[in-house]
Amino acid sequence: MADAPKTPPAKPQAGGRAASKKELPDHFKPYKHVWVFVEQERGQVHPVSWELLGEGRKLADKLDVDLAAVVLGPEGAETQHVVAEAFNYGADLAYLVADPLLRDYRNEPYTKAMTDLVNTYQPEILLLGATTLGRDLAGSVATTLKTGLTADSTELDVDDDKSLAATRPTFGGSLLCTIYTLNYRPQMATVRPRVMPMPERVERPVGKVITHPLGLVEGDIVTKVLDFLPARDSATSNLAYADVVVAGGMGLGSPENFQLVKQLATTLGAEYGCSRPLVQKGWVPSDRQIGQTGKTIRPKLYIAAGISGAIQHRVEVEGSDLIVAINTDKNAPIFDFAHVGLVADAIKLLPALTEAFRRRLSPHNRDKLAS
Amino acid sequence: MHIVVCIKQVPDSAQIRVHPVTNTIMRQGVPTIINPYDLFAVEEALRLRDTHGGEVTVLTMGPPSAEDSLRRVLSFGVDRAVLLTDRFFAGSDTLATTYALATAIKKIGETFGAPDIVFTGKQTIDGDTAQVGPGIAKRLDLRQLTYISKIDSVDTDAKEIVVERRSEAGVQVLKSQLPVLVAMLEGTNDLRRGTLEEAIAAARAEVVRWSAADAGIEDMQKCGLRGSPTIVKKVFAPSARSEKAAFIETEDQVPAEALIDEIFKRQPALEDDLAALASGY
Ligand SMILES: Cc1cc2nc3c(=O)[nH]c(=O)nc-3n(C[C@H](O)[C@H](O)[C@H](O)COP(=O)(O)OP(=O)(O)OC[C@H]3O[C@@H](n4cnc5c(N)ncnc54)[C@H](O)[C@@H]3O)c2cc1C
Repeated sequence: MADAPKTPPAKPQAGGRAASKKELPDHFKPYKHVWVFVEQERGQVHPVSWELLGEGRKLADKLDVDLAAVVLGPEGAETQHVVAEAFNYGADLAYLVADPLLRDYRNEPYTKAMTDLVNTYQPEILLLGATTLGRDLAGSVATTLKTGLTADSTELDVDDDKSLAATRPTFGGSLLCTIYTLNYRPQMATVRPRVMPMPERVERPVGKVITHPLGLVEGDIVTKVLDFLPARDSATSNLAYADVVVAGGMGLGSPENFQLVKQLATTLGAEYGCSRPLVQKGWVPSDRQIGQTGKTIRPKLYIAAGISGAIQHRVEVEGSDLIVAINTDKNAPIFDFAHVGLVADAIKLLPALTEAFRRRLSPHNRDKLAS
Repeated sequence: MHIVVCIKQVPDSAQIRVHPVTNTIMRQGVPTIINPYDLFAVEEALRLRDTHGGEVTVLTMGPPSAEDSLRRVLSFGVDRAVLLTDRFFAGSDTLATTYALATAIKKIGETFGAPDIVFTGKQTIDGDTAQVGPGIAKRLDLRQLTYISKIDSVDTDAKEIVVERRSEAGVQVLKSQLPVLVAMLEGTNDLRRGTLEEAIAAARAEVVRWSAADAGIEDMQKCGLRGSPTIVKKVFAPSARSEKAAFIETEDQVPAEALIDEIFKRQPALEDDLAALASGY
């Protein structure tokens, strides 16, 4: 900054943050174990919680510590069920704050419950989903605890020093960076839905559950929930969890041509999506956007037509089992990560593909092929 | 009513390019814009002021050039603009940023009147963390309302606010008590554009410029790199997949069948999955 500061200038730090040494203060040394916040809204667990338990399991095994699920919710069978499920997805133990005040998400009681748990039981790593709930909660918890929080991580690992290495997109998604929280505990990160694979669910008995009181009465909580209107179009929210996704980008040239994407999706029983410029142009509603500022997908089959494969798109589709790219430009970046590439005009190919799939998948033809 | 809005000047990251050989960011000539979500926050603040009276103060932390963004919102009709600028802030992560901003908001409160509402955008398009709003709220001990798409009402006598909050599952209608922090999602209201006269007036208007010391920041250890618990260890470009894509090149002959063969060859189980999906099971 060019203007003269009124306070004396700081000494330049050699190497910046990268040079910081690991000196974990003594009072943080007892912090152990990996925690995953299991997020539920009205009894529905957000699947990102199970994905995080799968990832947390790997971290806990590497660190040779326990994996704990944190469940906050109202008292009763629904919440007990969530606790039980956490064990089926790999938790070694669960911390539970069950209180009627935790029925709907509100920042105040949730932050209190989570910070009390952390201060009492001292985890070294705390993971939350990068959902509206998870981000709201993670931000206040990290500030209250004055610790680091890495948002929207796409990769988690522990390094040789056993520190959490959280990788996330940076500079508007053009690059990735790996972030550490060396001198503070817990090390916190959020991860978006679908970035991590869903772990296998294995029926297991409910293990140790440590309950903790909330210690609040309704009068302590200023914010009230007056109403809750469930999302109307439940079909649209399936994009992140669809098995097959067909998406189109600017290569389609016009909103009319985008219909070709929808037609193929309909034929395949798939969800459709798009790259960001189509949303910005108003061709496609925003909940269909795939990418860093849209949704992360992880289907068995992803067909991308007329999409260049910019990094902001790439990082959120790379978990797909099979990526098929259709692009007229042989040098398009999407061919760097697609499994099957087709250098072709999507406007011509999509209708042909729809037709060919229709023939191939019709019960009549399948019977014929089988016999 | 006094409303403080935090805005950030961000690179128009759609224009950022990575050097193909060195993998470094090519920042030269990248234009800056006001973080889009913050514009919704400014709009809501101005609407509330126009209905209920009072003042809107806009605050930004950034380099001296961030003054451009402040002049732009001055042209929309905000009453006051404060630029928090000091080299001590360089390298701040979200925790350090919220310390600086919260301290400056406290100072704004002492100087111009305590805010009833502090607005932020949902997140920035460069950092994307969505942590600054919650961080400021926590530090100032304000109630926190994030992902707000609509302000239903504000009752200045009862000091109550009713908002709509979007979540994955639906919309919560929340009532809270002022003072409060509101982090705006894309709003439902149209954004205003300043007139030419307003732009000219804004160009002449005074922007309050504060250093860390001016803003009352006492603990420099909490600012910039030193105040940031997170440490960026490395920055890198994603690696290319080692196994190259199978290519089916085509000119005019469209090999839809060949593509389907290739898909099913690689993922045989998909054929049954697709048949089931397509027939709507
Ligand atoms: C902060 C930030 C966040 C972002 N978030 C997202 C995000 O969430 N999702 C996202 O997608 N992008 C996002 N972007 C934008 C991203 O950088 C790209 O601009 C965008 O993905 C490009 O979309 P596209 O590939 O559809 O368009 P283009 O880049 O215009 O590419 C069009 C492609 O179509 C090909 N093509 C042209 N004609 C045909 C044809 N007839 N048949 C076949 N192919 C054809 C071209 O060769 C080209 O490769 C973000 C950017 C920033 C800075």
